[in-house]
Parts: sequence; structure tokens; C-alpha cells
Amino acid sequence: MTTGEEAGAENRTARGALGRRVRDALAPVLASRVAVVGLALVVFWIFVAVFAPLITAYGPLEQVRGAANLGPTGGHILGTDHLGRDLWSRLAYGSRTILTLASLSILCALAVGTTLGLVGGYFGGWTDEIVMRVLDAMIAFPPILLYLIIMASLGASAMNVVLAITITGAPGIARLVRSLTLGIRTREYVSAAQLRGERSLYVMFVEILPNARGPIIIDAMLRMGYAVFAIGTLGFLGLGLPPPEPDWGSMVAQGRRYIWTNPWPVLWPSLAISSLVVGLNLFADGLREETMRYR
Amino acid sequence: MDRNAMPVLKVENLAVSYEMRKGEVVAVRDVSFDIHQGEALGLVGESGCGKTTVAFAVVRFLHRNGRIREGSILFEGSELRGRSEEELRQLRGNRIAMVYQDPFSALNPCLRIGKQLSETLIVHRRLSQHEAQRKAVEMLNRVYMPDAEEMMLRYPHQLSGGQQQRVVIAMALLNSPVLLIMDEPTTALDVTVEAGVLDLIGELRRDFDTAILFISHNLGVIASVSDKVGVMYTGELVEQASAAEVFNNPVHPYTQALMQCVPKLGQSKESSYLPPIVGRVPSPTELPPGCLFAPRCRYAQSTCGEQRMTLLKVAPEHVVRCQFAGELVEGDLARAEEQAPPAAGRERETGAEPVLKAEHVRTYYRQRGQSLLSLFGLREKRYVKAVDDVSFGVPPGTSLGIVGESGCGKSTLAKTIVGLETPSGGELEFMGFDLLAPVSKRDWRLIKELQMVFQNPDSTLNPSFTVGRQVGRSLLRFRRVSRRQVREEVVSLLKDVRLDESYYSRIPRQLSGGEKQRVALARAMAGPPKLVVCDEPTSALDVSVQAAILNLLLALQDEYEITMLFISHDLSVVRFFSDYVGVMYLGKICEIGPADAIYSPPYHPYTEALLSAVPVPDPTVERERVVLTGTVPSALNPPSGCCFHTRCPRKLGSVCEEQVPTEQVAAEGHSIYCHIPLEELRAMEAVVTLGR
Repeated sequence: MTTGEEAGAENRTARGALGRRVRDALAPVLASRVAVVGLALVVFWIFVAVFAPLITAYGPLEQVRGAANLGPTGGHILGTDHLGRDLWSRLAYGSRTILTLASLSILCALAVGTTLGLVGGYFGGWTDEIVMRVLDAMIAFPPILLYLIIMASLGASAMNVVLAITITGAPGIARLVRSLTLGIRTREYVSAAQLRGERSLYVMFVEILPNARGPIIIDAMLRMGYAVFAIGTLGFLGLGLPPPEPDWGSMVAQGRRYIWTNPWPVLWPSLAISSLVVGLNLFADGLREETMRYR
Repeated sequence: MDRNAMPVLKVENLAVSYEMRKGEVVAVRDVSFDIHQGEALGLVGESGCGKTTVAFAVVRFLHRNGRIREGSILFEGSELRGRSEEELRQLRGNRIAMVYQDPFSALNPCLRIGKQLSETLIVHRRLSQHEAQRKAVEMLNRVYMPDAEEMMLRYPHQLSGGQQQRVVIAMALLNSPVLLIMDEPTTALDVTVEAGVLDLIGELRRDFDTAILFISHNLGVIASVSDKVGVMYTGELVEQASAAEVFNNPVHPYTQALMQCVPKLGQSKESSYLPPIVGRVPSPTELPPGCLFAPRCRYAQSTCGEQRMTLLKVAPEHVVRCQFAGELVEGDLARAEEQAPPAAGRERETGAEPVLKAEHVRTYYRQRGQSLLSLFGLREKRYVKAVDDVSFGVPPGTSLGIVGESGCGKSTLAKTIVGLETPSGGELEFMGFDLLAPVSKRDWRLIKELQMVFQNPDSTLNPSFTVGRQVGRSLLRFRRVSRRQVREEVVSLLKDVRLDESYYSRIPRQLSGGEKQRVALARAMAGPPKLVVCDEPTSALDVSVQAAILNLLLALQDEYEITMLFISHDLSVVRFFSDYVGVMYLGKICEIGPADAIYSPPYHPYTEALLSAVPVPDPTVERERVVLTGTVPSALNPPSGCCFHTRCPRKLGSVCEEQVPTEQVAAEGHSIYCHIPLEELRAMEAVVTLGR
């Protein structure tokens, strides 16, 4: 009986602690108006992506007969394109593609960049020289050129988009993580871990990385914005997903031909891309300012 | 001194508050004092007690969220409160000057010293460029700067810390201010440099007749400069009197406790217990009811919690904020039961075989050349000799203390022993294991026996994890326990360092500096180890906390029979803690031996200078100071012969410049590396009176 009560009490305190942790984590976001606006925009698009089938009346590939090139009307709130496809549906389903691809590529870039940065910063010396000079060489290329080279040589597919963004994003992340590592490496708790005989991998990923997470997360938010932009660009250039798929970039490219008669197919996806990018940027900026303030 | 004259500064009922997220927090309240011409008032207290806030409030340099709630600040008879920013600026730097803790941040790094000095004269005195320059050189000479003319052309980073502080003081004195406010002006300096600066302050006060408000946490420093002393605690003055009164007859329980918890220079390991002040300084948002010191007070009685205390007069010019002030003076107040001091009269084992042995240990850092030639290895390789030819032995269960000023290589020696640095040569062994390999290549059994306690409580624990997890990880690493028992074992380790179970799930941010250091100790004890290297474990802590940590270290050493290497710049602390002491200078040990032998003649001239420089918390002691001139030479290019010859006040002649001094055995286990014959060293006068 007593044990049950104790467990219950423990459970309650655990839940209380969880609630407190959630509140603590959200406090800096809610304290900044900029971050709240950014978060609202991002959450809006995530909501649209998750519930796309529920909030759209047509399929993204469905061509409505006799309803081509319509402006916003009662049936099609954002209008239709030249093939009579509902723009809202295509936009909603397109957000799924872009959000998945962007997060996936940033996660990959984070994995690669963080590892390289930790290794360079932690070991220093020749390891650091080699890793960083290779990454410098990659940073020297303009990113758009790198995208084009990678996509042109590997072909247009979702996987290759992720690969291209990983390759272009990783060097920047590695630089950031390296400089953070250099600062944290000299802290005494790192020495203490070394004196326990911990392996280098443990020291890097368990002792150092968690204490570098703040700037890395904020940087990743910003990079997510760039990734959305890059995916849009690739789609526009026809290097993104293959044609019938709803993709914001390719929607702009297709609508471009009819821009004088029907501007809506160009306008909506453009607005969607910019709102998502601006949202991510505002969120990251607000978060950064707010966390710096109480440092 | 004319007591009836108008005081230069008269502060009455000052209260200062800060606007915080949680609302307004009162940081200082009911502070009154006055300072007359040529008088120095010392404010002393632990960190967070409002000393600096008082100083900043006087010149209204408070941070943007701070404001003076009430009280008056009369400067030369006129009220400073309510003056405009412009009027205050005219006063600051002209009639009132300030000197802060960190001289480097007080100087503009992009301007030459000369420009910075003459600027204040040009702005406030409207002197011509030429005239200002001349005055500046004069003042630099006045503060004993060598080559004043040449110094005018230098940038701040080209000066040593002591020289920078001299420049800041010169700058403060240029306009012959009436009031000089000094906030921990010597805290960042080495003890020999500090001694020089303190002497300078005393001399300038006599010559310029300036009133000084002097703030420090160091009782010894306060004793050597102040006429009057105010003791602060949580934003209040708890005792104020003449320096002699405060130091010889302290009345307030806090003052008494503060005096007792600092190890004295003559206090050796046998006497071995420092009464710490229990608990911690309450945060200004959670003040206890009644007397603010009652929760930590040895004399506290039930009536202490009832109302705020007022200042009571116990003698003319001596006020105390305690309702039992009268009884305290009489000395008939019952104390609370004290924790029994651990077994006094430690036995020192002599003649035991050393367990930690170092023979000619050297740790050099390769200095990278700046030129193209050195990139291709064509230049001669240059080394910083951080540890150069160091030998010693430590018997099991004893402590070797290493003292020396910053840059003498004591931390490098510690890192070399634990394996964070690789020695360049020599022999180093512990319990028969070779210590020359870095920690990553060491034998598992050795790693377990060798732990370290670090200096900075804020970075010694990983901020991301709970106390339990960090201590538990050490336990798991050393494979003493199964996963299920970890919690139990961690709790018992925490108990060893006098922390209760509630600390298990706390994160470092929620701990005070002393508590963090205790957790770090628990982590180091997980093995338990046979050798613990302590690198300045208490120098970032308040004195009351330092006492508790030192007691704890001694208790742990006794309990687990740990051999310790104790590194510190504080000679009193080292004396208190160590059985053997080594004095280091420029990477070399210049004197080593049993603690008592080091602190009395014969000593190495450097030891003598160090000892004579330590400020003693007793204003009546008049000591002849051996002041060292010049700065510590670079370890990249150490002087030939005896490395101390450039600053040695007892230099013999060319023999010191040419030959490396050989070991002179003064007594069993006591070696001095100096050319001066032992008989002469023996005949030196003692600078420390023992057994005070």
C-alpha cells in the first residue's frame, strides 16, 4: 500500500518536474515577441503538412475539368493552375515535401558537421588542420554551384536533394561546433573525464556536445531556413522532385509561363516559401537574443 | 587628525535596490559611515554582501537597474543624490577617483599609457599637451614605475599586472582627488606585487592626504591600509570601529567568525582545525526574519529571530549590530555546541618511503615561431620551460604543498603528475607505476588511484548533468558497484563530503561555489584514490567556505589515507594544509622541506620575500618588508645561473649570474637551492612570528 502511494507521489513529482522543464524550455521563446511570431509561422506550416488530407478538398494531382487558370473563388480558395489543379491542395501537400526534405537534410548535415567539428576541435593538431582545410575548400565554392554540380551529376531525386544540402551545410556546422569545442575542451569537467580514463568518443559526445547544444540548435534553425530556400531553388530549376509531385519550387517554375494571365500559381508558392523561411529566421533570432540576454 | 572638520564623504542610511525580474531587490540598507581627509575606511565582507554596491552608489555608477532608495551621500558637505549626470561626471575623475580590481580592463588597450594619463589632465585641468605630458611622467615616477619616459609610449598589454595597476593608481591621483575609491585593487595581483602596491597606497595617502574608501575581501589587506574598518554582511554594516579595535577586539559574531576561519601564517597542520561559518550568505530575495546573521551565528538565541537588529554602541566610535553586543564585549555569552574538531595533534610519520617520487622532471612547451623559417624547421626550436628539473618525494598519507606566484609552473607540475601534460624528461613514479605517459596511455589501476580537484567551481562540474549522474559515472568507471547500487553509493559519497541526499538530483546551476567544490571532491573520492592533486581548490571561494573545504579535505585525507599534492598561491593555506612545502619560481623548486622548516630561517631569499609580502590581519604588526623589484622574467628565456638573481635582494655577485646553485641541505629533508652559505641563511631574521 505504502509503496503504491510512494510510487504515486514520485510519479506526481516527476510529472511536475516535466511540466517545469517544458515551461523552462519555452520561457525564452515566449519572452520574445519576434520568436513567437516566427514560431507561429512555422507551426502553421507544420500543422498544414500534418493535416493536409483533412484540410483540402482535392488531391494534389487531381485535375478538375473546366477549371483551369482560375483565380481565388469559392470552390478553390487560392485558385487553380493551368491544368486545373487546386493550388491550396498542391501547396498543402507541397509543404509536406519541403518540411520533410529540409529537416532530413539538416539532420544529416548536423550529424556530419557536428562529428567533424568535434573531432577537429577536440584532437587539434594535424587532425584539425586536415579536417578544417578540406572543409574550407568546400566553403570556397558558391553553394548554388555546388547544388548544381551535385544534382547534375547524380540526377534529380529526393535523396539527392538531401545529399546536396548535407554536403553544402556540413562545413558551416563543423566550423561552429569546432569553435565551441575549443572553448569547452579546456573546462575542468573535461579534464576530470579524461582523468577517469574516458574514451575520446565519450568525452566528445557526452561531456562536450550537450554543453554546446544551445548555439548549435539556433544555428540549425537558421540553416533550416536556408535549406527551404535551397529546395525551392532546386525545384524551380527543375532539379528537385520529378514533375507531377507537388513541389513549391517547381510550382513557381510551371506557373511562370502564364504569369501575365494568371499570377496566382506563382504568387502562392513564392509567399509560402518566404513565410516559412522568414518564420524560421525570426524564431532563431528571437531565441538567440533571448538566451544571450540571461547568459 | 581634526575630528571636528567636515568629513570628505558622509554616507547616511544608504539603501540601494536593484530592479529584477522578480521585482525590486534591496541589496544594501542602512549603511552609514564617514571618511575624513587622509583617512582610509576599509569595507570588508564576503562576496555578495554589498561592498561594491556601496562604492558604486557613492559615485552613482550603479548598473542601469539599480537605484538609491533612500539615504544621503554628502561629499564635502554637499548632497550628491539628485545631482545631474553632467555634474557627477565633473566630479568623477577630478575630485573623486576610482581604482578597480582588474587594471587591464580599466585601461584602454588601443591608447598609449602617456595619452591616457595626459588626457585626464587635459580634460579636467585644461592643461596644454606638453604640460600634461610632463605631469604624467612625474606621477609615473611617483608610483615607482621604472623608465617613466619610456612607459609613456607603451600600450597597456606591454605592462605587467602590477605595473598596470600602478598606472591606474597614477591616473587616479593625477588630479589630486579628495576621495579615492578602491575596489579590490590588489586582488588580481601576486602577493609580492600586492605588497608593493599596498606600500604605495599607504605612502601616497600620507603624502596627498586623500580620503580612501578601500574595499577588499582580504582581512590582511584591509588591516594593512585602513584606519577604520566596516564589516559588511548581506548589505548591512554589522560592525564599525577603528582598525585596531576590529582586529584585536572583534565583537560581532560574524566578525569573530571571519577572523577565525582564515588560516594564519603561523598556523601549522598540527593545530589543524579552522572553525568555518556554517551555511551560506542568504540571497537578498530570501532574507531570514530578525537578525540576518542569526541562522549562521554561533551565539544565536531564540530572540534573535524576532526583529531586525540596530547598531549598538559598545565603545566610543565602535558600533555593533547585535542585540547581545554588551554581553559579547564582556565575553559571557554561551555558545552553541560546536562540531568537535577532528583528532587534534596529527601524527606525522617520518622516515616512510616516498610513494610519489619525482626526479629531474621537466615539462617544456614548444613555442611556435612566427617566421617562415621556423615553419620549415630551420630555426632553432624554442621552449617554454614550465617545469624545469624538479625533484621531490612525498611519503604516503602526507601532503606536499607547492607555493609560488602565477606563472611559476605549479599548475603545469600538477597536470604533469595526473597525466594531462606529458613531461619532456626526468623520472616520475607513483606506487611503482611510471607516470611519464599521458593519462590516455596509463594503466587502468593507476588511473583509478590518481584524481584531481580543480580550481574553478563553476567549470569543475558539467552543467548539463545532475550531481548524482556525475558522481555515479565515476563510480561506474571504477567498477566498484553494480548499476543498481549506484544511487546508494553516490549518496554515501555525498555524505562523506557533508551533503545530504537531496543533492542527488540537483544540477550544478542550483549549487553554491562551496557545494560545487564538495561535489567535485565526492567525484574524486569515488575510487577511492591514493593520490589527489588539488590545484588551488579554495582560491575561488569565500574565506568561510574555504575553511570548511580545507577541514573536509583534511578529514578525507585522514579517513582514506590519501597522499595529496596541494597547490596554492596562498602561503597561509599551504602551511595550514601541508606536511611538506616546496617553493617554486620560474619552473624550478628553490626550497623544499617540512612545512615548519620552510616558514622559519634558514630560507631561500625568495621564500623570505614571499613570506614578508603576505598581508597579516593584524594592524599592530609592523614588519620590515622585503620588496621585490622588477617583474618575473619570461620562462621562454629564463636568466642564466640562479633564475632568481634578477630580482634577488641578497644577490652575491657574478656567481649568481653564472652558476646554477646546488642543493644545500639545511636539515633532514630540507633543501635550499642558493649560493649564500647556510650559516648566513640561518642568521636571517624570521619574518613570521610562529604560534600566534
